[in-house]
Amino acid sequence: MTTATAPTAARPPLISLRNVAKHYLRGEQIVPVLHDVNLDIPEGDFIALMGPSGSGKSTLLNLIAGIDKPSAGTLCVGGVDIAALGERELADWRATNVGFVFQFYNLMPVLTAFGNVELPLLLTDLARNERRERVELALRLVGLAERMDHYPNELSGGQQQRVAIARAIIADPTLIVADEPTGDLDKKSAEDVLALLRQLNDDLGKTIVMVTHDPGAVRAARRVTHLEKGELLGTEVLR
Amino acid sequence: MTLALILRNLLRARLRTALTLLGLTIAVIAFGMLRTVVDAWYAGANMASANRLITRNAISLTFTLPIFYKDRIRAIDGVSAVAMSTWFGGIYREPRNFFPQFAVSVPEYFALFPEFLVPEEQMRAMLRDRRGALIGRQLSEQYGWKVGDTIPLKGTIYGGNWEFTVRGIYDGRDDTTITRQMYFHWEFLNETMRERFPRAADRTGVFVVGIADGQRAAEISQAIDSEFSNSIAETLSETEKAFQLGFVAQSETIVNAIRLVSFVVIVIILAVVANTMAMSARERTSEYATLKALGFSPGFVAALIVGESLALTLLGALFGIGLTFPVIDAFRGAVGTAFPVVRVTAETVLWQFAAMLIVGLLAALAPAVRSARIRIVDGLRHVA
Repeated sequence: MTTATAPTAARPPLISLRNVAKHYLRGEQIVPVLHDVNLDIPEGDFIALMGPSGSGKSTLLNLIAGIDKPSAGTLCVGGVDIAALGERELADWRATNVGFVFQFYNLMPVLTAFGNVELPLLLTDLARNERRERVELALRLVGLAERMDHYPNELSGGQQQRVAIARAIIADPTLIVADEPTGDLDKKSAEDVLALLRQLNDDLGKTIVMVTHDPGAVRAARRVTHLEKGELLGTEVLR
Repeated sequence: MTLALILRNLLRARLRTALTLLGLTIAVIAFGMLRTVVDAWYAGANMASANRLITRNAISLTFTLPIFYKDRIRAIDGVSAVAMSTWFGGIYREPRNFFPQFAVSVPEYFALFPEFLVPEEQMRAMLRDRRGALIGRQLSEQYGWKVGDTIPLKGTIYGGNWEFTVRGIYDGRDDTTITRQMYFHWEFLNETMRERFPRAADRTGVFVVGIADGQRAAEISQAIDSEFSNSIAETLSETEKAFQLGFVAQSETIVNAIRLVSFVVIVIILAVVANTMAMSARERTSEYATLKALGFSPGFVAALIVGESLALTLLGALFGIGLTFPVIDAFRGAVGTAFPVVRVTAETVLWQFAAMLIVGLLAALAPAVRSARIRIVDGLRHVA
């Protein structure tokens, strides 16, 4: 059994994994990816998951984000056992509680920066004016207020990732999951994006779980947890 | 936003969308045109009145009936009028200038066909002239004939050269009425027959029988045929529609082949649109997965694909239907009088629209279901 204990144990964990396992079926063959993982992540934490390819870090992130389900164990986020939720309930839960930042930004190419950031708000009851105000605020926060009418192909990689971060925070989720957020960026853009994530964690108290290969990126996190062959090896406190 | 996403997605691969739209437009035009040709085949039957029966020789249409039958038919209960009509089959200059000519008992015949509108003055002139002819508007326009012109015909069934003077031009009550025919006095034909072929005189091709109550058509037809059973020329009476459909039946195989081809066109375009939608959806797999990750439902993703497919096919329907009318106008000009009525019916337009609606839905079915069902993690990994 592998366990990572939060140094901020005084705070109740926002995310709690107990004996979580995940395997995939390849034909009739069972391919184990995660074994018996126990992990607590308190609210307001910024944790980096590191490990070699195939270590299971992205799978772990997907489970925490509610876009995949564990094969065994319990996974509670904010007190909700998300592994027990149905597809529809899980989608609603994600819309309210999780912001996503992907390696390749995953913006809709046919929508402007404004349209992309507005997307999660379409699942809310907010009126058009309220949506506009919030989108403009989010884009200002990521420093792209002037580029809100630009399409993704008119923006640099760093700018696209900042639009993705604005989209991730627009619905004010508790949790932000970032899968290799700097993996496709040059050094300068990567630093900007990491600074932004750190700002979201420090100033807005967002809980961030980030998968990364980049040792430089890890420095933005408060803690780093290492995985190998589907097991948690341990956690370092960085700040 | 959903509509905006659908329309913007539609314009992403502009060349592919334009080519698919071109294919759709051509398919809609072809479908509409083939259906219009089928409709043209049935124009005579569609124009038929429920209050008219046709009584002909039971052996075949090529055998005539003695005219003394007329009074006996008139005396049958339910019969309100009887007119004589004989196919003339003359050639104007050369055989390719085909148009139907009938020798009819003019006053009775035109009273039975109120859909033929003849100015009173012209009808009076017609009745005064034994060699007079009434021609339809379409015929007069095709050959440039006007009142007073002479139409020379070479007889085929009734040999020799014949000349008729146009005394009137009739219009149709609406655009379903056939106006490419010529009518002249049966009496003129009969007098000539008496002189040239006495044995062929005093006979008519068919009797057109007017009945007051269309519901009694079967009963009155039977009564007429019973009247002449075991006579020198037994009769076969049927509704005008059944009589006209008998002609269509002779070329039913061709009509069915045209019908089949019209549906094959739709099946082909269905395959084209389905391929377009499958390609589009496959390319956007990771986008759909992203939407689902953000909390959008699988139904929303499916709606995007179905919406895009419907937008494409209904746009094709719009262009196709719009262009069907000028294409049919050109077709009408090209075929001349080969078809009596060539018009795009409201039913054809509805069929065109319905076909595109169905194509839009069916083409989107597989990619919509696949995209809605795909696991988010698999979709996010997908590379277009």
